[in-house]
Amino acid sequence: MSSVNSAHSVVAPGATSKRIAATIVIAYALITMVPLVWIVMTSFKSPPDSISYPPKVVFQPTLEGYCNLFTTRTRQTSDYIASLGAPTSTCDEITRSRNMVIAGPSNYWPRFQNSLVIAFGSTFLAVSLGTFAAYGFSRFKVPLAEDLLFFILSTRMMPPIAVAIPIYLMYRELGLSDTALGMILLYTAVNVSLAVWLLKGFIDEIPREYEEAAMIDGYTRMQAFFKVVLPQATTGIAATAIFCLIFAWNEYAFAVLLTSGAAQTAPPFIPTIIGEGGQDWPAVAAGTTIFVVPILVFTVLLRKQLLRGITFGAVRK
Amino acid sequence: MAEIRIENLRKEFGSFSAVEDSSFVVRDGEFLALLGPSGCGKTTTLRMIAGLELPTSGKIFLAGEDVTFNRARERDIAFVFQLFALYPHMSVRRNIGFPLLAQGVAKTEIRSRVEETARLLQIDHILDRSVSGLAGGDRQRVALGRAIVRRPKCFLMDEPLGTLDAEFRDLMVRELRELHNRIHATTVYVTHDQMEAMAMADKIAVMNHGVIEQFGTPQEIYNRPATMYVADFIGSPPMNFLRFTSGLRKGTRSVSLDGVDIPVPEIQQDLAQGELALGVRPEDIRFSDASSLRGCVYASEYHGTNQIVAVEMAKGLVKARVPADQNFRIGETVGLELNYEKLSVFDCESGRAVASSRYAEHHHG
Ligand SMILES: Nc1ncnc2c1ncn2[C@@H]1O[C@H](COP(=O)(O)OP(=O)(O)O)[C@@H](O)[C@H]1O
Ligand SMILES: [Mg+2]
Repeated sequence: MSSVNSAHSVVAPGATSKRIAATIVIAYALITMVPLVWIVMTSFKSPPDSISYPPKVVFQPTLEGYCNLFTTRTRQTSDYIASLGAPTSTCDEITRSRNMVIAGPSNYWPRFQNSLVIAFGSTFLAVSLGTFAAYGFSRFKVPLAEDLLFFILSTRMMPPIAVAIPIYLMYRELGLSDTALGMILLYTAVNVSLAVWLLKGFIDEIPREYEEAAMIDGYTRMQAFFKVVLPQATTGIAATAIFCLIFAWNEYAFAVLLTSGAAQTAPPFIPTIIGEGGQDWPAVAAGTTIFVVPILVFTVLLRKQLLRGITFGAVRK
Repeated sequence: MAEIRIENLRKEFGSFSAVEDSSFVVRDGEFLALLGPSGCGKTTTLRMIAGLELPTSGKIFLAGEDVTFNRARERDIAFVFQLFALYPHMSVRRNIGFPLLAQGVAKTEIRSRVEETARLLQIDHILDRSVSGLAGGDRQRVALGRAIVRRPKCFLMDEPLGTLDAEFRDLMVRELRELHNRIHATTVYVTHDQMEAMAMADKIAVMNHGVIEQFGTPQEIYNRPATMYVADFIGSPPMNFLRFTSGLRKGTRSVSLDGVDIPVPEIQQDLAQGELALGVRPEDIRFSDASSLRGCVYASEYHGTNQIVAVEMAKGLVKARVPADQNFRIGETVGLELNYEKLSVFDCESGRAVASSRYAEHHHG
């Protein structure tokens, strides 16, 4: 086919420009992936390998980092270790080879669970509240709608951590410090403004005739909302959910400040993993690797919606 | 099925008045076309009848019941939207069955009624397709199916043929009217296309700037336009206006145009000296050398069965529809003879007719 096009149409890219674009994209992807690959590699190194200089690219992989991540260990005499029966697991064996025995589970799994509960809980709340609020702003004459929307947006204008001290004091007063509920509420509050704005854009795009048709056909507005509007807003909801989840999952500053025990999330916990003689880098890397997995899975599953979400509807189905 | 009665309906958006004091009745089983240019308030009127918009004042009765403040879902009406509003995440079958689901109709009955409706509209072969891939005509039929499956009190349609191409429109106009003849549902059909309105409607309401200028049968609207606006909006080419200044007494039966006396239908009221217009449809003009009303042929447009000849007169350009076999030279002087029985006289200041053709008078009142 010839490349004759009307004046305003976009000419299909030629082979050379495609190749150049592909090179740039691949190079960028590789550069971005280096830290991730580094972390995953480190998680399979032994402690001495992890700090050797120059860094080892080829090494003997071991699960020691993962064992150390999930356990606490105590040093024992070799006589005592010899007196024990056969090792019950790979980790047991690795630990004994270091002249130690497993004393019990570490706090990583409870911290990881906290992260799951708090991140998904706050994402669910922010997206639900955001969807209803966005629908209201999109469809009804809300008094002072413009001002309210601006107010909602303005909560994002300074970094949330700027209000850390008042929030810390408030939380202490209210008994919300170091509780999952407190963290869910906090992350919801931060995310809901983003959710309202993103979702309003998506809902504005859905013609109101759909729910009007449903209401004429005998449904209440609420039924019309759930049966007709929501199914068509799924793309926007998924994109918004990813944004909220990534923020809540990765949030570090508030987590350090407000959680220390029962409700501590993984990000403030991971750097505190200490082995004998300092930071246990393979264990830290293992903790980080596992921590990245849920976001990775979520993002890969919803990548289409995410793409449309970031381009704010510019990419059509 | 039911009668729709609108009393003094008004709708304001802020300080803007979209619909002004409308009153009309659509009798049980009647097909009303709400006709007017874009922005004149047709959709707003329809949405108030549907319950999607609350009137600023006035009343709406469905089957004698005051439903002015009832919710849309309590009115038992069906609405066909301009862009159909088919639910994109549902199949054709689910789209059509959706209103029945709301009423709690049993699954098996929904199935049989959807299929019956689909057969009526000849879309039973696409029932399990997704609506997003459908062609315009099929989308139209699915939207109609969703409307009729519930057998509502009445149908409201907002320019349902607006997005179809011209050829297909003619077909759908016929199908819609046939459907109406079969199910006799009280229908309000909004359109800006006078041909559609003329072809389908039992009654037409012509709207302009939120005001219903005239309500009547297509014949009344065409032959006895109540205002200059209606006369100009209906017909192609529209009615010619020959302007003159005069005062007239009630009961007068002739007017003087450039010194030529022209008999007209009886003037209905006393008029002080002012600007008036004699209205004449292009087909009510004949060429006759004997006539003392003269003009000069300006252009001619051939239409096969007839031709439209534009004649330059002292009063301006006048268009006449005459047989195709008459020959004219451009610039030739001709005499024009008017069909006096079918003339209208308008008061230019109010725009209202002060004398109308007697044709179709028996339809009136
Ligand atoms: N929700 C609204 N808010 C403000 N103005 C409106 C609204 N809906 C319609 N209008 C105005 O009312 C007038 C009539 O609109 P509409 O009934 O849609 O006209 P039509 O259907 O005859 O084209 C238009 O000028 C339109 O701009
Ligand atoms: Mg309209």
